[in-house]
Amino acid sequence: MLEESYSFNRTVMDYIHHAAEHGLYEIRGLGAKRALPTFDDLVFLTASASRYPLEGYREKCQTKTLLGTRYAKKPIELEIPITIAGMSFGALSANVKEALGQAATAMGTSTTTGDGGMTPEERHSSKTLVYQCLPSRYGFNPDDLRKANAIELVIGQGAKPGGGGMLLGQKISPRVAAMRTLPAGIDQRSACRHPDWTGPDDLAIKLRELREITDWQLPIYIKMGATRVREDVKLAVKAGADVVVIDGMQGGTAATQQTFIEHAGIPTLAALPLAVEALDEMNVLGEVQLIISGGIRSGADVAKALALGANAVAIGQGVLMALGCNSATYVQHGSRVDATDDYARLETAPGYCHHCHTGRCPVGITTQLPELEARLDPAWGAQRLKNYLQVLTMELTTLARACGKSNVHHLEREDLVALTIEAAAMAKVPLAGTNWIPGLAGNE
Amino acid sequence: MDRVNTLPVVDWDLAAVSVRELNQFLHDLPGSEREATGEWPTIRVHNPAGQHSIAVGLQVPVQVEVLGDGGYFLAGMNQHALVTVHGNVGWSVAENIMSGRVHVKGCASECAGASGQGGLIVIEKDTSSRCGISMKGCDIVVGGSVGHMSAFMAQAGTLVVCGDAAAGLGDSLYEATIYVQGLIHGLGADAREEPMTSADCERVATLLSRAGLPGDPKQFKRIASARSLYHWHADAANEY
Ligand code: SF4
Repeated sequence: MLEESYSFNRTVMDYIHHAAEHGLYEIRGLGAKRALPTFDDLVFLTASASRYPLEGYREKCQTKTLLGTRYAKKPIELEIPITIAGMSFGALSANVKEALGQAATAMGTSTTTGDGGMTPEERHSSKTLVYQCLPSRYGFNPDDLRKANAIELVIGQGAKPGGGGMLLGQKISPRVAAMRTLPAGIDQRSACRHPDWTGPDDLAIKLRELREITDWQLPIYIKMGATRVREDVKLAVKAGADVVVIDGMQGGTAATQQTFIEHAGIPTLAALPLAVEALDEMNVLGEVQLIISGGIRSGADVAKALALGANAVAIGQGVLMALGCNSATYVQHGSRVDATDDYARLETAPGYCHHCHTGRCPVGITTQLPELEARLDPAWGAQRLKNYLQVLTMELTTLARACGKSNVHHLEREDLVALTIEAAAMAKVPLAGTNWIPGLAGNE
Repeated sequence: MDRVNTLPVVDWDLAAVSVRELNQFLHDLPGSEREATGEWPTIRVHNPAGQHSIAVGLQVPVQVEVLGDGGYFLAGMNQHALVTVHGNVGWSVAENIMSGRVHVKGCASECAGASGQGGLIVIEKDTSSRCGISMKGCDIVVGGSVGHMSAFMAQAGTLVVCGDAAAGLGDSLYEATIYVQGLIHGLGADAREEPMTSADCERVATLLSRAGLPGDPKQFKRIASARSLYHWHADAANEY
């Protein structure tokens, strides 16, 4: 009888064999692949006799979202509470950045720069562009800062909280290298700490400098990977953030160590209620807005995130998938072209790929190679992404109306129950069919 | 341009007005057409009292004289302006400087010139640790000594140190070059000493002269990247 070990199963053995053979840890893209409690473990208690619903196709359900109302002279008004997360030019091709801008603009939402700075294509195509200030400061400059609609100071991200970035040599094309002031072709490490401040007291002073430079016009977001969420959110609020962005451990990356992706940070579902509680305890609910990210996939995810207290969500991996990530084909001159051989050359297959770090994306998304980049036409990509965002918005409003809400921001925790004990404890909503919220004092 | 003739002086007293008001005034100054004329307005800032973010985000040719000590981020992201501090400064003076010149007559705290992309920073006395961290093309001249991990991950530009350098100098250097006249108390990972060429001596002499600081270029040592960290594992590049 063949008996596989639970502790040393084939995946674990593969890992040990790879480590022993190469003496290098595994680096990969996308986010955590292991099973984690997610928004799927929650369901809505939609209207019935005790609540009445809104008419699905006739009664309006507002989706407008205001961000950055605390200190900024020019807060951001979005048509939908679904934003595009920061992804760098370098990790993504220029075509993809353009497609993101076009789709976001068409849907009245924002997109975000990434490590490496702002490209003219991205600024031109994006009505509302959030400019990231990252530890590496690659391509960061005051001219682009003033051109932005908001600033996102990145302390960390969900895929690698506490770690820096990495862009392997294959993706450091001459243009990417020039934007980052680096030699082309080197394996580029991004710092994990900012070069000019350390600790929460300094952070407050840094925020003030950014505000002074932009004459207090722009909202400032602080983005953090979800670890000690309660403490971190409070420190961000104290430092003067307009908006706090929390990225759960399912958040994606273009390239980082596998051990980081799977073993650092807490799930998005656990992070969100902690962030909301922290804002509440600081008495700034509604004054400081909260964006949640990390594995948001569907309109149901968005609706649940809003019900738990987020003001908006940010999506990265879902956006890439809308553009064809992990699809077996890409579209060229209106016809579908099979890409499975290209996946095979990366020793993977459609549905399993996480090879963004290689720069040889079979569908032309995470690449700087002109022949691969040409596989994604910006206009085609923008249409696909617009469709996806539209579906998310329709699903969101469908659920909100069914809960009797004329505004998606009226969704509330009381509208949700959990299907598992873990999800009930993390989301702090009752287990379905009970009044039990595990871990809540007096509720045992 | 390092020196200019000036138009009438305007005085600002930070004991009476806020840093916000000063910065807004500086940001509202008209554009850069004066750059070539050499006739730049001079703004004298009294009683800075270590306040943060003084004269940040300047974009036009203007001469700012800070009469006392500044706090964090003084002259951060400077473009075109000439800022002189008649005192000491806190963390990250002239961080992300793009152009122009920031001249500190006293000492600077940590991270002076962090991620600076262009222009010149002069610190007449000592700087604390991580001077020139992540610099991306600016030039920094320090009349005294620099603290540990100076020019950490420095990508481009020049750091000239007339005094000594503490341990970890040039750790994880990319393409920036460091010149040290005094003692080096230890190099960081991937930094190495290389022979001074006549071009190096000329570069040091030019920067010392622009900074107005004494020094004998021939006494300087050149530190640059050994480039052994440019690839995670050169023999297995395809395995990442
Ligand atoms: S298909 Fe492209 S974007 Fe998707 S995981 Fe693979 S390499 Fe990354």
